[in-house]
Amino acid sequence: MASLVFFYALAAVLLVAATGVITSRNPVFSVLFLVLAFVTSAFLWMLLEAEFLAIVLVLVYVGAVMVLFLFVVMMLDIKEAQLRAGFTRYAPFGIVLGLIMAAELIAALWLRGSQVPILASATPRQAGYSNTKMLGQVLYTEHVYAFELAAFLLLLAIVAAIVLTMRRRPGLKVQDVARQVAVRREDRVRLVKMQPETRQ
Amino acid sequence: MLTALSELLNHWLPPLLAEVVLVVIEIVPLLIVLILGVAFLTLAERKIIGFMQNRIGPNRVGPKGLLQPFADVIKLLLKEVVLPANANRFLFLVAPLLSITPALAAWAVVPLFPGFAIADIDAGLLYVLALTSLGVYGVIIAGWATNSKYALLGAMRSAAQIVAYEIAMGFALVGVLMAGGSLNLGAIVEAQQGGLQHWFLWPLFPLFLVYFISGVAETNRAPFDVAEGESEIVAGFHVEYSGVAFAVFFLAEYANMILISALTAVMFLGGWESPFAGLDVLGPLAAPGLHWLALKVCLFLFCFLWFRATFPRYRYDQIMRLGWKVFIPVTIVWIFVEGAMAVMRLGPWSA
Repeated sequence: MASLVFFYALAAVLLVAATGVITSRNPVFSVLFLVLAFVTSAFLWMLLEAEFLAIVLVLVYVGAVMVLFLFVVMMLDIKEAQLRAGFTRYAPFGIVLGLIMAAELIAALWLRGSQVPILASATPRQAGYSNTKMLGQVLYTEHVYAFELAAFLLLLAIVAAIVLTMRRRPGLKVQDVARQVAVRREDRVRLVKMQPETRQ
Repeated sequence: MLTALSELLNHWLPPLLAEVVLVVIEIVPLLIVLILGVAFLTLAERKIIGFMQNRIGPNRVGPKGLLQPFADVIKLLLKEVVLPANANRFLFLVAPLLSITPALAAWAVVPLFPGFAIADIDAGLLYVLALTSLGVYGVIIAGWATNSKYALLGAMRSAAQIVAYEIAMGFALVGVLMAGGSLNLGAIVEAQQGGLQHWFLWPLFPLFLVYFISGVAETNRAPFDVAEGESEIVAGFHVEYSGVAFAVFFLAEYANMILISALTAVMFLGGWESPFAGLDVLGPLAAPGLHWLALKVCLFLFCFLWFRATFPRYRYDQIMRLGWKVFIPVTIVWIFVEGAMAVMRLGPWSA
């Protein structure tokens, strides 16, 4: 009973936050609403006893990805009129995308629903059950190739991102840390012996 | 005592309410101790740095200046909260709360004495990592909502710094989890039982250094305090904050220091385990307990203050270099070494 109340409360917050993402005028608020949406969906996963996934969602998306998003959005000088300009042009595209996603979700629910009763409440696991251990066992045995492939793709993406920043620009002043560290006192300071000046 | 209390509550109240009341009864003393800890940490900071710089430090309020923190708190509470005209009022006031909440909430999973944490959850280590990474939102939102260039610069610096050091911190925790064989902080402490020589400090020494230094960077403390660097950007993200709002930021920073110290103690110094465990001749000295955790936390807090008194502030590019180019490779190499040792059945984790 209590978990049902929690579910509906969290789901309501999630829906409000998700609507906020697309309706708020200021992009910074959109990002903050998206953060709220991620946090509430993590709580929803927690209700399903998927605590590993829930915490990782907060850790990766809220703790790292959205921080960078916020970082970029705050730096951008976005004019509101500029944002509004393309709205009618892109609206049909957005609606079609939204409909496709909704259809996919419904199809997935309907297909799963015909085999397993997913809408019924999940049975609570026994005390010793560790979500993390189960996930690890499946990932590193059954799906190990897919897992490694995903890891390799991510590595490629990292390398690509770094390569993109490697372009040379003229007039850039870069500190050469190795040279800074290698500097000795003798290179910079010269001791000059001086006779004390005597007053005439 | 706790089981007796829970039985009593279950007798009088419906089970759900009884659980809530029990948790609140556990949380309140912890919070009071934490907030008092923060208060006296500020005094300790001023006293210790004073002694290191050959000064006396505060000595006017109460005996030996012991009541100074209360004078400070009363002063801050009575001051006006100034709202900048062009600030975003809602976010401006929410930001301090966003920075204090994770600093306090993370304590839920810290094992305080044998067999007890407020929420003894399975994925405790991940929970801690997730919550410490949330603290940056308070800083970023404060910087943006203030609508001031200094504040925004402080927020930007803080965001970049925290993202960089969080990765190193996460990798250091991977090493701890490999050694402890569990994500549960209580189980990690128990894996270190048997005295000083069994602490993870020794086999994971590089990770310990990386974790603690990253912790200093994550709390925006000297020498990594570029986010508030008063010489260039006045006070960074909290330049426009005053009164209670500033006090909450202050509380969050110090609460985070205590949290990082406690986590380092739990993961590398055996938490509530006694350093003399196993030497039964020492009697009560060899017994585990809350006092050992407190002592270890004090040791790390002293280090925080010591760093502040000793080191000049890092230059921004040096901070980035240390985080990305030194710490992350060090942790990756050490995780590999640890894995190799575990495979070859060397070292303490061979069992």
